[in-house]
Amino acid sequence: MRIVCPFCGERELGEFTYLGDAKPRRPAADAGEDAVYDYVYLRDNIAGVMSEHWYHGGGCRTWLKIDRNTLTHEISSVEPATGAGARQVAK
Amino acid sequence: MKYSIFSLARAAFSGHKNWQRTWRDASPKSHYDVVIIGGGGHGLATAWFLASEYGIRNVAVLEKGWIGSGNAGRNTTIIRSNYGLPGNTGFYELSMKLWERMEQDLNYNTMVSQRGVINLYHSDAQRDAYARRGNTMRINGIDAELLDLAAVKKMMPFLNFDNARFPVQGGLLQRRGGTARHDAVVWGYAHAASALGVDIIQNCEVTGFVRDANGKVTGVETSRGRIGAGKVGMAVAGSSSRVASMAGLRLPIESHVLQAFVSEAIKPLLPNVMTFGAGHFYVSQSDKGGLVFGGDIDGYNSYAQRGNMPVMEDVCEGGMALMPMIGRVRLLRQWGGVMDMSMDGTPIIDKTPVDGLYLNAGWCYGGFKATPGSGFVFAHLLARDESHEEAARFRLDRFRRGAMIDEKGVGAQPNLH
Repeated sequence: MRIVCPFCGERELGEFTYLGDAKPRRPAADAGEDAVYDYVYLRDNIAGVMSEHWYHGGGCRTWLKIDRNTLTHEISSVEPATGAGARQVAK
Repeated sequence: MKYSIFSLARAAFSGHKNWQRTWRDASPKSHYDVVIIGGGGHGLATAWFLASEYGIRNVAVLEKGWIGSGNAGRNTTIIRSNYGLPGNTGFYELSMKLWERMEQDLNYNTMVSQRGVINLYHSDAQRDAYARRGNTMRINGIDAELLDLAAVKKMMPFLNFDNARFPVQGGLLQRRGGTARHDAVVWGYAHAASALGVDIIQNCEVTGFVRDANGKVTGVETSRGRIGAGKVGMAVAGSSSRVASMAGLRLPIESHVLQAFVSEAIKPLLPNVMTFGAGHFYVSQSDKGGLVFGGDIDGYNSYAQRGNMPVMEDVCEGGMALMPMIGRVRLLRQWGGVMDMSMDGTPIIDKTPVDGLYLNAGWCYGGFKATPGSGFVFAHLLARDESHEEAARFRLDRFRRGAMIDEKGVGAQPNLH
């Protein structure tokens, strides 16, 4: 598995660190225990194409959002995750 | 078919032409008291304990491929009970005791070899942690010995003791730990369960759950038709989230890939199972002579049953650091398995919120050693509708209650366990 970083080009997997599913969103502070439990512990654990957060620690040190098929390891899209959090707060 | 020295001699004198199938390849009936999804070690062990301990013999084990084709055939065959946290300590010792009588119980040679498991330590802090875990084991009646450097040198003189980064200072040894033959465990449980009337049904993939008006699970839809069930138990580690989603459940589990490796056969070298945790490397030697070894999970979600090069490199580096002479041994095979990584690194054996559906999942990379214990307590849960006392902490709701069993202490991040 190689990842084509939008800033550094094609790099080997060892340069990247995995965070996981990009879907869970930190709930609002007053959202209650159920929402926090869901966010921290429950996962869709998708068998197929999943959006994920990866960190390019061995290169540009940018957080990336990557669409990857968990059945085949095929990567269909890589984009910077920068700004995704800010956009979320603005909503 | 009963195996003994006499049956072996009889078969030998007749040219080994009269061996019979050791278990029955059954076709599905319309209804069973209990249906187990998953024909791996855990599912077959559950069926055998249901039949032998709890008197429930109208049981089917459904397997989408052939039995033992999942993680039961993809592990590194290690058995041990060297756990330190309440919940784990007692459960894995229950399992260890069942390993020790397995061959007599099943009338099947599962090649259980108590050659010892040693965890090496490399610092004062790590020695203290291992001493504490060893003491916890001994308080609970489990054997543990803390070895100093001289004792490790005597046992394994071939290790590299001059490693500047991780100098070997000693190890925690469990002599009763060791290995067993993984395929034989699957076949042994199939052999013994089938003899008690359990139907083992292969090439039978579950495609959905049958629910009544109240939502209770009353059967399963399969690739070989609908099968009714009083209760349904899931033992499909690796695919737990996928099967549970058919019942509308989301689980605190991620599927990750773990790789394992076998070298070409060499003369007897390793006297035991050895773990070099600091270097992400553990190893034993199979009866055929190959070094069987592995390290950490790759660290990303995967159902692909194969891993990537960085972890291969990391594992081989760890091996070379500790045993430099294996650099001249060629790698024979390498493979990956799909691990049910739970959010605290500990399994889940519990009822689900769906009536009639029971869950056995979240084995992370440690399911093989648990095979007999898992089958025993899961059979107890299915038969009695309550947790066995040694599995009472493996509850599905422990994450919500804050009652995690996090042996490694890394929190809800499965790729760090």
